[in-house]
Amino acid sequence: MIYREAGQFKSSYGADQAIFPILQDRIAVAIMLAIAVVVIPLVAGPYWLETILVPFLVFSMAAIGLNLLTGYCGQLSLGTGGFMACGAFFAYKLSTAFPELHIVLVFLLSGLGTAFVGILFGIPSLRIKGFYLAVATLAAQFFLVWMFNKFPWWNNYSPSGVISAPPRAVFGDFYLTGTQATPEIKYLFLLAFVSVMALLAKNLTRSRIGRSWMAIRDMDIAAEIIGIRPLFAKLSAFAISSFYIGISGALWAFVYTGSVEALAFDINRSFQVLFMIIVGGLGSILGSFLGAAFIVLMPIFLSNAPAALGLHISVELVSHMEFMIFGALIIFFLIVEPSGLARLWQIGKEKLRLWPFPY
Amino acid sequence: MPIRTISIWMTGVPLAIAAIGFFFSFLASLSPSFYFTWPYFLEVLSAGLLQGVMYSLVALGFVLIFKASSVFNFAQGSMVLFAALTMVGLIEMGLHWTLAFVVTAAVMVLLAIVIERVVLRPMVNQPHIIMFMATIGIFYFLDGFGQTIWGSNVKVLDIGIPKDPIFVLTGLVEGGMLVNSFDLVAAIVGAVLVAVLAVFFQYTRIGRALRAVADDHQAAQSVGIPLKTIWVVVWSVAGIVALVAGIMWGGKAGVQFTLALIALKALPVLILGGFTSIPGAIVGGLIIGAGEQVAEVFLGSLVGGAIQDWFAYMLALVVLLFRPQGLFGEKIIERV
Repeated sequence: MIYREAGQFKSSYGADQAIFPILQDRIAVAIMLAIAVVVIPLVAGPYWLETILVPFLVFSMAAIGLNLLTGYCGQLSLGTGGFMACGAFFAYKLSTAFPELHIVLVFLLSGLGTAFVGILFGIPSLRIKGFYLAVATLAAQFFLVWMFNKFPWWNNYSPSGVISAPPRAVFGDFYLTGTQATPEIKYLFLLAFVSVMALLAKNLTRSRIGRSWMAIRDMDIAAEIIGIRPLFAKLSAFAISSFYIGISGALWAFVYTGSVEALAFDINRSFQVLFMIIVGGLGSILGSFLGAAFIVLMPIFLSNAPAALGLHISVELVSHMEFMIFGALIIFFLIVEPSGLARLWQIGKEKLRLWPFPY
Repeated sequence: MPIRTISIWMTGVPLAIAAIGFFFSFLASLSPSFYFTWPYFLEVLSAGLLQGVMYSLVALGFVLIFKASSVFNFAQGSMVLFAALTMVGLIEMGLHWTLAFVVTAAVMVLLAIVIERVVLRPMVNQPHIIMFMATIGIFYFLDGFGQTIWGSNVKVLDIGIPKDPIFVLTGLVEGGMLVNSFDLVAAIVGAVLVAVLAVFFQYTRIGRALRAVADDHQAAQSVGIPLKTIWVVVWSVAGIVALVAGIMWGGKAGVQFTLALIALKALPVLILGGFTSIPGAIVGGLIIGAGEQVAEVFLGSLVGGAIQDWFAYMLALVVLLFRPQGLFGEKIIERV
């Protein structure tokens, strides 16, 4: 009844190609953004902001990056953790070597640096495909983490091997990193930054380059025959994906945790992000957000559920049970909806269109 | 394998080893800090080869499943852990190890049936990446399940394999070569396992059916081979291979959570040898084991050590650039 586009006529190609072509969608997005910007910082306590919303936004960024590569270009990568480490350590070296550099610029530059590393490790993708490539990207994962761990130059010869983000302000007195930073500023900054980057990613996938990625994903030989250069398409996917993942790594180290060591970006981090895009939906920007929310929220839910139910289980057992339930849920999700949460959302919208009639 | 391939390998491998040895002795003549003697080199090499057998044992399970169902089974590592944990648990309950072995094998068969029923059957015809993710789900589940039942303490799995270092080839090399007898036993067990599998695949009815399925799913199904049964059989065989690997690794390093992560070491073995080749898993394991040991001992100190973490992957990556299907994998033919 409410959610119908009847009577909304489009008189230009621009209107027809809009991201949200239906008026109700635009209103809903505007309301959601208003809630995210105004209501949530007022309502949510520091716990919610620090441990749920900030990592959610950081992970969304990483998930968008991996989704560009795996979901849109079809190149399975298990090196996400390594590229996140790249971003974090590049940002650390940049911000300590050039203290007057603006923090946003630091993030973008470290993303650029990671993009170069991504191109380097993406070169094998021109010859290797499928699971062979996935295992080959593990080389990036292990090599990069080893490099940041072994050479003390990367952490400015700190004896513990931990890097701590120096205090930096977005502008004036609004500190984003360091001890003076408040959760509200972190959240609002991330919200703005990630939203802009997500919008960019969305538009990228709707453009010529995004379509060439999808052609490569669907069948690379056929794509080559219709005139898409696999070299350019694959390497650009690796570069842009690594750019996003690198920035998310820098955000992780600087905004979310504040101090981090190389081993925090181990293989489990890669799997975590991969789970996000699979659960959320391959080839969907919205899915990256949904998947990130799911994977961030679920462990918190699982570890609090027994206590809330009044059960007293030892911490060790809880962590094992968490593993079990996590694995079982992943399998359950894949069986029920292999196309992810984004697909469920789409089905929901289709149903809503016809509501209250069955068809 | 054709005789030509075998003869190429028979001549190529000693030549390659000699070439690497001469390269190192050349480096040693350049700088005095670079320690190199031939007996030491051979000792490191043999230790690496024996380590490689252990990798092969894990990689074997991957290959079996990939051949029969094109599923890239990431859970092989956690199957190794689960099998080892179950076996240790049963021994601690007072069973003799042979009995425990039989019971654990039965558990692994049961596990295969459950996996086929619950995970594989509802997901037929899904893209490979989705199946791969499902096996990561199994990986997490088995990890948690095994440790929920049997606890997460480091356990000792001892079935009476001697662990003393022994000297071999004392006549050939001055002072002999130091080899761990446990590794030797592991190598023998690995060889026996491969021989048994080869006979099983070559001469039994089920083995022929398995090869048919590996060759072409649809054709196999159309001549009446029950695909579902075959999947259960192949996951069971992979489970039993995991059990043998678990006993060997558990006896060597203790049964603990990190055992599940040896799967990560088996992956470069796989891509080096090719996902679809059993000899590939063996040769790949030997190359990776020997390569990473030699690199760690002779080159690791030059760049800061602990290069074992990634050397295997880099080695596999370089090989892949020249042979995208691995050393023994089936040639990839692509059509539009």
